[in-house]
Amino acid sequence: MATLRDIRRKISSVKSTQQITKAMKMVAAAKLRRAQENILKTRPYAYRLNQVLGHVAGLVDRSIHPLLEEREAKRIGIVAVTADRGLCGAFNQNILRKATEELEAQTKDVKDVFVIAIGRHARDYFRIRPYPVIYESYDFFSHLEFANAVRISEEIIRLFTQHELDHIHLVYNEFKSAIQQNLTVEQLLPIQPVKPDIGRRKLEYLYEPSPDQILDALLPKQIDIQLWRVLLESNAAEQGARMTAMEMATDNASEMIDKLTLYYNRVRQATITKEITEIVGGAEALNK
Amino acid sequence: MSEDDKSFMLEILTPDRVIFSGEIIYLRAPGIEGSFGVLKNHIPFLTALDIGEIEVETSDQKYFFAAGGGFAEVLNNVVSILAETAERADEIDVERAKKARERAEARLRARTEGVNANRARAALVRAMTRLKIASKI
Repeated sequence: MATLRDIRRKISSVKSTQQITKAMKMVAAAKLRRAQENILKTRPYAYRLNQVLGHVAGLVDRSIHPLLEEREAKRIGIVAVTADRGLCGAFNQNILRKATEELEAQTKDVKDVFVIAIGRHARDYFRIRPYPVIYESYDFFSHLEFANAVRISEEIIRLFTQHELDHIHLVYNEFKSAIQQNLTVEQLLPIQPVKPDIGRRKLEYLYEPSPDQILDALLPKQIDIQLWRVLLESNAAEQGARMTAMEMATDNASEMIDKLTLYYNRVRQATITKEITEIVGGAEALNK
Repeated sequence: MSEDDKSFMLEILTPDRVIFSGEIIYLRAPGIEGSFGVLKNHIPFLTALDIGEIEVETSDQKYFFAAGGGFAEVLNNVVSILAETAERADEIDVERAKKARERAEARLRARTEGVNANRARAALVRAMTRLKIASKI
């Protein structure tokens, strides 16, 4: 049986762990607020840009711009967006599992697959797995800037236009609410056409200047903005996941402390009872 | 929607916020190949935007915005302006724009050539657009 001192020590250890998880929860809540603001501000622009480009992609000749080119998908790139840090529940594991599933599925179709690892967890995971990592970027979520998205975007555009990759998919956590993330798989390149909602009429745009000049300016921006949005989504989702995970850890610690305290009292009582019995027994022996 | 309803949707978006969203009856915006006006039932139109002034008329009010380039799509009575930067006339920081104008002028006087001169020229145009629009309220 554990001695009283052992139990006391255990209780105080759980208590200090609880203090840490509580603090982490509060830090995550504060960061979540900022991250949530950022993603909510960026979404309207990103969605609309996506839509406008989708319209254009459905109209123009695809060979007009290298970023619209539809090739036979032989070399597939999967962009796995995880966090740099852990202690956020199943946040990273979900991404890595989904990304691995995608990689396996593509490999079955006899495709060459490559990983673009974003976030420290993706990098550490794929470094020791059989899928080749073609590009990695990590340790930037704590000071996330638009330049981070641009750097990744430039590399992805290079890989695509130099035919190193024919299709590029994103796997990331979309921010839904503080307690919910949506595991999302999206095609980034080539850009998917979106059918405009105009009924049966045939759509013909008037362009100023020419379509290829507009696309030249819009397409790289589109990739920048979409990646920026995805990084912001993932960042907000990560803070939400961490907040929930730490809240649960704090609750679990409370429960554990309650149980241990109960146990402690029981042991204490048992010890006292035993001592009394011993004393009474001793006294009786003397009386005889 | 009745026949004499002249309104259509406008959204002005920048990467970090929604500047304007609502029903309007007239829009004028600085296209790269010249200023253009939009009324209801405009044909589908996609254009790059220059730095300049966006004028918006709703059924009861007029608004002015300073736009720093971007794109506009007109489709099916929905106009989307995707601007690099945009500010409503009453949000413009006049002091900041004045300082920016002075800075840009000083740089242009120093006659540095190449990228810096181009940037200074663009900054000057932006600052002057802001000041012009701010003076309209």
